[in-house]
Amino acid sequence: MSASSSDLIDALGDELHAALVARSPVAPLTSRGHELSIEDAYRIQERMLRHRLAAGSSIVGKKVGATSRAVQTLLGVNQPDFGLLLSDMIYNEGDVIPISRLIQPKAEGEIAFIMKRDLTGPGVTVADVIAATEAVMPCFEIVDSRIQDWKIKIQDTVADNASCGVFVLGGAALDPRKLDLALCGMVLEKNGDVVATGAGAAALGHPANAVAWLANTLGPLGISLKAGEVVLSGSLATLIPIAAGDHLSMTIGGLGSCSVRFA
Amino acid sequence: MTLSPEQTAELAEYLENAELNAKAVPQISLRHPGITEANGYAIQHEIRRRKTARGTQIVGMKAGLTSRAKMRQVGVENPSYGFLADYFAVPDGGEIERARLIHPRVEPEIAFVLKKPLRGPGCHIGAVLAATEFVMPALEIIDSRYENFKFDFASVVADNSSSSRFVLGGRARPVEELDLRTLGMVLEHNGKPFSFGAGAAVLGHPALAVALVVNLLARRDEGLEAGTMILTGGITEAVACQAGDHVCLRMQDLGSVSARFV
Repeated sequence: MSASSSDLIDALGDELHAALVARSPVAPLTSRGHELSIEDAYRIQERMLRHRLAAGSSIVGKKVGATSRAVQTLLGVNQPDFGLLLSDMIYNEGDVIPISRLIQPKAEGEIAFIMKRDLTGPGVTVADVIAATEAVMPCFEIVDSRIQDWKIKIQDTVADNASCGVFVLGGAALDPRKLDLALCGMVLEKNGDVVATGAGAAALGHPANAVAWLANTLGPLGISLKAGEVVLSGSLATLIPIAAGDHLSMTIGGLGSCSVRFA
Repeated sequence: MTLSPEQTAELAEYLENAELNAKAVPQISLRHPGITEANGYAIQHEIRRRKTARGTQIVGMKAGLTSRAKMRQVGVENPSYGFLADYFAVPDGGEIERARLIHPRVEPEIAFVLKKPLRGPGCHIGAVLAATEFVMPALEIIDSRYENFKFDFASVVADNSSSSRFVLGGRARPVEELDLRTLGMVLEHNGKPFSFGAGAAVLGHPALAVALVVNLLARRDEGLEAGTMILTGGITEAVACQAGDHVCLRMQDLGSVSARFV
């Protein structure tokens, strides 16, 4: 079968959606003898998400993934990837997330950008990102993989909506001009223990770099970041595995905190 | 175990010579398998006595093995303390002579400077914050005198908790203006980000490292004087450095501090 065969793209997208619905992970797409390019993987992602959009979910924003040097090295890439945030992925400060809707979740402490104006690449700089941002918020991204045991290559995670599960927005929002986003610290606690610390620069050197990369990557595809959308700018520290009963809390220095429980 | 004063003095001389000659030695627990933390501190304080007898000034203290990353890296579970001698100080932007060290590694830290004395036992975070004049960013250069940086807890305590050099710089600010738990930092090695972290990586709060040093010193009926500078321990894993390397620590609200190895 040809790599670009739309039948194959559709079949893999449908399979990933079915895996998500059934909470039953599948073998890596890259382990099946197909030659999948990263472009193919984005087409699979589009097909996977089409089912949820058809069922009534709407697009509320985007996520940037693979923003740390460590993850890029692991995946053998030198650039990030992206996925879409849908309305049924949203949780808020203090919510309880039923772990049964996820397969093998892990938590990432991130900074979320809430856009004030549309942003269309190419040519978007960090200054444009900050000028177009209404607020930044402390945020958990709960990543999850529809691929067995997280055995992902870059094409697997891209096809699987950049391994996005759900996300949690914290109870604080601040104009990004009031913060040094590269140096603000992040402390992540699980059940009261400090399990990770990091700083803004862990996301591509500066969280706004991740947003600029996204706008510049989406521009040529005819997609803009829209006013009101949420953009998750990438993990600031190591990923933390989660189980039912866990309580997670994260604080960003100078910004505020976000907490969530899993049941 | 009991070490005679002669054995303690001999081990102190052995370890201090390793430091001064920049030549690694086997960990002392190989020769003295039953060696304890108390033996280790007796040796460390003998090294300190040897230095001050020669006119060296003690300019501060350090807490060691205070972050999870650090404890994992060296395979221990308890913090320790050590002293800082005058010749350990390197100016911000200054040079560190690589050839005078064995296998140096650089750690990003928060330094406290006290305006009031602190004594234990019972010293706590509140007492430390109330006694602190200001904090500032610091690079600590650790350099175990043991081969391959391999040691047990008593051996590293005897070796002055691997103290070797330190660089203070950036901005000094009073603690009431800062949230030391969430204070973020980036350590850059040759211009590339090496590690990221926040203050809470040090025992949950860096002031706790100071309290802990004070409570450990109380066992010897000692404390910290007003004016003392204390390094609170690495916030992230340490980066190994060679001649020609440049390290820079950028800290939220506190500017930066850097040094070069020559």
